[in-house]
Amino acid sequence: MIALLARDLRLAFRAGGGFGLGLAFFLIVSVLVPFGVGPEAEVLARIAPGILWVGALLACLLSLDRIFQLDFEDGSLDLLATAPIPMEGTVAVKALAHWITTGLPLVLAAPVFGALMSLDERGYWWIFVTLLIGTPALSMIGAFGAALTVGLKRGGLLLSLLVLPLYIPTLIFGAEAATRGIGGFDNATPLLMLAGITAASVALLPFAASAALRINLR
Amino acid sequence: MLELAVDDLTVSRGGVPVLERLSFRLGGGEVLVLRGPNGSGKTTLLRTLAGLQPPMAGRISLPPEAIAYGAHADGLKATLTVAENLAFWARIHGTREIEPALDDFNLQSLRNRAAQNLSAGQKRRLGLARLLVTGRPIWLLDEPTVSLDQASVTLFADAVRAHVAAGGAALIATHIDLRLEAGIFDVGPFKADPDAPARTPSPFDEAFA
Amino acid sequence: MPEMHRTKQARDRYNVLWEWANPVKFMWFSGLALPWLVGATVVTMAVGLVWGFFFTPEAVNFGSSVKIIYVHVPSAMMAISAWFMMLVASLIWLIRRHHVSALAAKAAAPVGTVMTIIALITGAIWGEPMWGTYWAWDPRLTSFLILFLFYLGYMALWGAIEDPDTAADLTSVLAVVGSVFAFLSRYAVNFWNQGLHQGATLSLDKDENIANVYWIPLLFAMAGFGLLFVALVFVRTRTEIRKRRTHALELRERMADA
Repeated sequence: MIALLARDLRLAFRAGGGFGLGLAFFLIVSVLVPFGVGPEAEVLARIAPGILWVGALLACLLSLDRIFQLDFEDGSLDLLATAPIPMEGTVAVKALAHWITTGLPLVLAAPVFGALMSLDERGYWWIFVTLLIGTPALSMIGAFGAALTVGLKRGGLLLSLLVLPLYIPTLIFGAEAATRGIGGFDNATPLLMLAGITAASVALLPFAASAALRINLR
Repeated sequence: MLELAVDDLTVSRGGVPVLERLSFRLGGGEVLVLRGPNGSGKTTLLRTLAGLQPPMAGRISLPPEAIAYGAHADGLKATLTVAENLAFWARIHGTREIEPALDDFNLQSLRNRAAQNLSAGQKRRLGLARLLVTGRPIWLLDEPTVSLDQASVTLFADAVRAHVAAGGAALIATHIDLRLEAGIFDVGPFKADPDAPARTPSPFDEAFA
Repeated sequence: MPEMHRTKQARDRYNVLWEWANPVKFMWFSGLALPWLVGATVVTMAVGLVWGFFFTPEAVNFGSSVKIIYVHVPSAMMAISAWFMMLVASLIWLIRRHHVSALAAKAAAPVGTVMTIIALITGAIWGEPMWGTYWAWDPRLTSFLILFLFYLGYMALWGAIEDPDTAADLTSVLAVVGSVFAFLSRYAVNFWNQGLHQGATLSLDKDENIANVYWIPLLFAMAGFGLLFVALVFVRTRTEIRKRRTHALELRERMADA
């Protein structure tokens, strides 16, 4: 499984493009929003957690179809399905690789984008923490959606339609935890719910996703 | 005792049976060549045996984790080198040694070339070399000689011969003569009869009987 | 011995239940039941709606706009029930592989979607005089909007996959996972905005809030919508079964030519 992770990461680095694309998208969103809503610092700071969360979510969505599609097209997925690693492991590792190449850069870069959105230090911290806790769920849920649509020719749009509703609870609790944290309120409840969603997604969705993959390989 | 045993197997594509009531045995040290016209269900049969799709009826018995499946697609990553591609599959299967496989398929001189810069035949050779690093005893091969030149076909036949001599087995769907000591299994007579719904009942036929 | 006997009997009864999932039985039974079902739907809906619209007193505070509950409440109820029915049917398909079950889930989706749309639109129409706005991000309204998105995704997935059994499998997996997330969304949305519906005078959870004059026609309307749903699902499932049969015949023909 480490071999699979290493390969996926190496492929992502060599391909280059896909790796930075999510980050660039995130940057563009953070730049465009002030143009849309005006430069007032208070307004920006107030909507920043929501914008950054939605931006991270959409950036994550951009690269989801690559999780399984390339391996499906070149036959690797068939071969992985007959390999000694369980399919659930393959799914989990591929979601992890997606998180490392897409989610983690977003988490690390979020404070920088927070500065663009007039957040203060507390803002950087809470954006960083909530994204760190929440983005693994985004990758895992996305991997499930990608597994459902892997056999389809024009799966990209359908993938968004399937995955975005599934992202709603993560988004609500993530943005709420960040907003409350920045406002200096108690945010233990949304933070725990967010962590719970991530933990449950990582624990259970590999089974659903691998079931979907096996059905698609038939 | 290594053996792939197929009893009364019916395989289906898209819910429709394509081959039915197949029975055969493939033991260690044996090669079986699958024959049949295009679209007769050879690929479906191989995928079913590889466990990628469930059989519609019948029984497949084989030792656990014995199958190495060689499909039309080689599962190569364009940006990885020949050696990296092979090393990946070796690690996935828990084996380390890729040198013999590179030697056997005459890939040593290409080892550091990215897979995207290989010719079709070279890619195929790399795909076949993957079989060696899986360490699996039963090879299921779907048209393995496509885009291979005569010299490479000989290399492949030698590899199969060596595999079988070491106690392995191979089931090969191919149209060319590999000059192997092989049994022939023609799937033609097992073509599912589309006008015999009674033998392969679908729940939707019953509804209008 | 008596213990064994009882379990066998229980299993027999259980098997009889499953027999209805057989396409033959289903076609026979649904064909027989449909005229009655349609009749009952027409009668209960007519009674509920006519009574509700024309023969209930106008509420003091709300005027006649309150009468929209005779459409709003039953459609909202059926929007949720339809999804729940799809979940159960999907589970039955995944576990027992009864084709009728998968097709019934497929048949229920558009009906559930339309119910959701009706609930949303009537909610908006009602909301204007009640709250002074067509749309508010009230938890219940928002939940229905999310449910609508789930319906859209489910139907889109059915439409995108060619092989019917693959489509049935994948949509069933989506229905199961989607249900969990829809449920989660409901709680997330509640947490996110404590809204307008809460403690409203017309909350149906406490029946002392709604007088009998309104309640009885509402019961008729709800029964009518429920029957309408069952009738529509029956018709649509019958169509799906016929479509599958046609598809199977075509495939067989193509196989014979090959």
